[in-house]
Amino acid sequence: MPAKPQAHRASAAETAPKKIDVKDLSAGFGDKTVLRSISMPIEDKRVTAIIGPSGCGKSTFIRCLNRMHELSPIARISGKILLDGRDIYDKGVDPVLLRRRVGMVFQKPNPFPTMSIRDNVVAGLRLTGSLRRSTTDQVVEKALVQAALWDEVKDRMSDPGGSLSGGQQQRLCIARALAVDPEVLLMDEPCSALDPIATARIEDLLHVLRNDYTIVIVTHNMQQATRVSDRTAFFLTGDLVEMGSTDDLFTSPRDPRTEDYITGKFG
Amino acid sequence: MRAPGPVDRRRGKVGERLFVWLCLACVLVPLAMLGVLLGDVIVDGAGRIDWAFIRGFPSRRASVAGIWPALVGSIYLIGLTAMMAVPIGVGAAVYLEEYGRRSKVAGFIEVNIANLAGVPSVIYGLLGLEVFVRVFGFGSTILAGSCTLALLVLPIVIMASREALRTVPDSLREGAYALGATRWQTIRQVVLPSALPGILTGAILAVARALGETAPLIVVGAVVFITFSPDLHSQYTALPIQIFNWVSMPQKAFLENAAAAIVVLMVVLLLLNSVAIVLRNKYQKRNY
Amino acid sequence: MFPVVRQAMTRLAARNGSPRSAVPWHERLIEVGLFACGALSVLVTAGILLVLAFETFEFFQGVSLGEFLGDTRWTPLFVDKHFGIWPLVCGTLLTSAIAIAVALPLGLMAAIYLSEFASARARRILKPTLELLAGVPTLVYGYFALVFITPILQKFIPDLAGFNALAPGIVMGFMIMPMISSLSEDALYAVPNGLREGAYALGSAKLPAIFRVIIPAARSGIIAAVTLAISRAIGETMVVTIAAGQQPNLTLDPRVPIETMTAYIISISKGDTPTGTLEYRTIFAVGSMLFLMTFVMNLVSHRMAKKLRYGGAGT
Repeated sequence: MPAKPQAHRASAAETAPKKIDVKDLSAGFGDKTVLRSISMPIEDKRVTAIIGPSGCGKSTFIRCLNRMHELSPIARISGKILLDGRDIYDKGVDPVLLRRRVGMVFQKPNPFPTMSIRDNVVAGLRLTGSLRRSTTDQVVEKALVQAALWDEVKDRMSDPGGSLSGGQQQRLCIARALAVDPEVLLMDEPCSALDPIATARIEDLLHVLRNDYTIVIVTHNMQQATRVSDRTAFFLTGDLVEMGSTDDLFTSPRDPRTEDYITGKFG
Repeated sequence: MRAPGPVDRRRGKVGERLFVWLCLACVLVPLAMLGVLLGDVIVDGAGRIDWAFIRGFPSRRASVAGIWPALVGSIYLIGLTAMMAVPIGVGAAVYLEEYGRRSKVAGFIEVNIANLAGVPSVIYGLLGLEVFVRVFGFGSTILAGSCTLALLVLPIVIMASREALRTVPDSLREGAYALGATRWQTIRQVVLPSALPGILTGAILAVARALGETAPLIVVGAVVFITFSPDLHSQYTALPIQIFNWVSMPQKAFLENAAAAIVVLMVVLLLLNSVAIVLRNKYQKRNY
Repeated sequence: MFPVVRQAMTRLAARNGSPRSAVPWHERLIEVGLFACGALSVLVTAGILLVLAFETFEFFQGVSLGEFLGDTRWTPLFVDKHFGIWPLVCGTLLTSAIAIAVALPLGLMAAIYLSEFASARARRILKPTLELLAGVPTLVYGYFALVFITPILQKFIPDLAGFNALAPGIVMGFMIMPMISSLSEDALYAVPNGLREGAYALGSAKLPAIFRVIIPAARSGIIAAVTLAISRAIGETMVVTIAAGQQPNLTLDPRVPIETMTAYIISISKGDTPTGTLEYRTIFAVGSMLFLMTFVMNLVSHRMAKKLRYGGAGT
């Protein structure tokens, strides 16, 4: 296992331009409000972690960022989410196209069981009709290399997607998401179904990925947040309590609720 | 990294809309066809129905032919069929659900029942012909016919009853056992009453199915031209048989009779199904 | 008070499997009776197998297996007797093929609509309404095919005979379409939502997600539905008896009269063929063939449905 690189790059101290700007976002299901007036920036090419106890709205939040929240028939939403300055909830915006720019990795790895490993990687391109025969192999190899899975599967690319271990499946899903070449990668507790070794591999992966992608990661594991993220936002029962650079938030939190959560008084 | 692409234009949206409409059409077209079928039958036959038609006997002259023996035969048939199929079917369901839940024998019986549900109705006719008509010596009587039909609808009764028994929560059973009841007492006094609406629905569906069956009855010897009211020991006919006979005749006037008889048949079926639905709703309200 | 409590405890123990003697004898009797009800189904299966086997065996005393499977004419009642099963099998397969050609696209697309596009309320109304099609007696469908569909088709296909394979085939298709749509919809519904979300999160539109991810995942369930429908079409009797004709014809032309295996059995049963003769036994030989074909289809369907149940999305 490679030695753990330093969690934060020196340049991460600087504030990067806003890739996504959330303005006054409220969201819920039916009569229940899950998020209340959230406003926060997501900086370009940084890793932003969302932490908080269960039920605080973390998953709903990132599902709003790629308009997956509205797949539920009783979903409600208000506010704006600007991607490069344009509101993604604008009337003219097609959520399908949005999701090709903002990719997602889920808590439970979900490789397509009827497809081989190779087909899983390019599934995003094939589903959107953007796959070109001539570049398939390159795309596959690049995505798998980026997901640090290439060496393990290069000799069994035709095996079914479900034949890999849990950690490998999750990296396959990451490769699949990367193959579509998104700008933003949303990760909803990607390691919570995995063992510690698989978790460590994916965390290593994130250190490399953030050079090229804006990453938002929801995690219930605070140590993971300190290990991988540049910025951290703390949610509590639908409110954004505090947000700041990860170092600052964990060493000198400004809000007493943040301090209580970090020191384990609840959650 | 590539420059941010367009977020709001996409090919294929029109195609998707068309596809959804096409799929919806696939749901609606068969329903429309059903409507046309019912309309056609009513237009063809409703005018022919009068009291004389219902009380009349078959005749070589289409205009005076009637369905009385067929009606009587059908009523006898489904009555006997229900009397045989429902108790046996419910009994089998009770055994499978309450006694034999995990045993190998129960599994084997289950497989058998699933198989029997998929056997074509003519085969039941062949079975009835050999076993009931010949070996048991019932001859071509209503008894043979209803035994055959009972076997045919048995899987329906069993499956519906099992569903009904499954909806009874285990907590009810446990409550009864905790009071010191035996298994049969629990079944008879707690489980069966609770499952009754589902069981009744299954019984009514089975009867409705038996009413419309033609093929097995022809094979076991239901005759098509009866000029007397049948009883248990005579030759007999049934409504579907009568319809089939009239449809097979070349003269157009008989087709009109057939349509009229079909209307009578459908009305009875509609009544039966409505009773089933009303029963189910009524008891569902009572349980909650 | 004490004896009553002991009695209660004994009964509870009996339920939990300790000494059977604790169960009163009349309850044992009831249990045996209920078991007999269940065992009846086994008897029925055995009965069907025995009856078919016995009479078919007798049949093959008079006709060789080679002739049954090799001859291409079926004329058991003519003076010049031929006992080749193929015209009947062909008639059955022709009408069934037409039926499936109608039912499969209709049923599958309806299933896709109900599972992926319809609102909960639409599904609640439409699904049971489709089931109504299955509640109409097949006899009525036969009448419809003969009296309504055939004349309409004759307007477009001038040399369509009064009895043909096309009209009953089409009507059968509509009749069994709810079977395919209902079972396929269950299969589609059972596909885990994680797969759907995975496809949408990649930026897939609904159609590619349905055809490339959801339907392949529901494959076994859909095949189970289709094979069951094929079995149903093969075993259908009244529609084809009324509208397809009673002329055994080894042909693939849907415009001419044909006879299916089921229609043949009806035609003999309707008539005055004396029992115990070779001609009489033909209905059992044909019945055996019919049973074999539907049994195989049911078996395949069952295996596929099992895959759906235990294999989750199935591969």
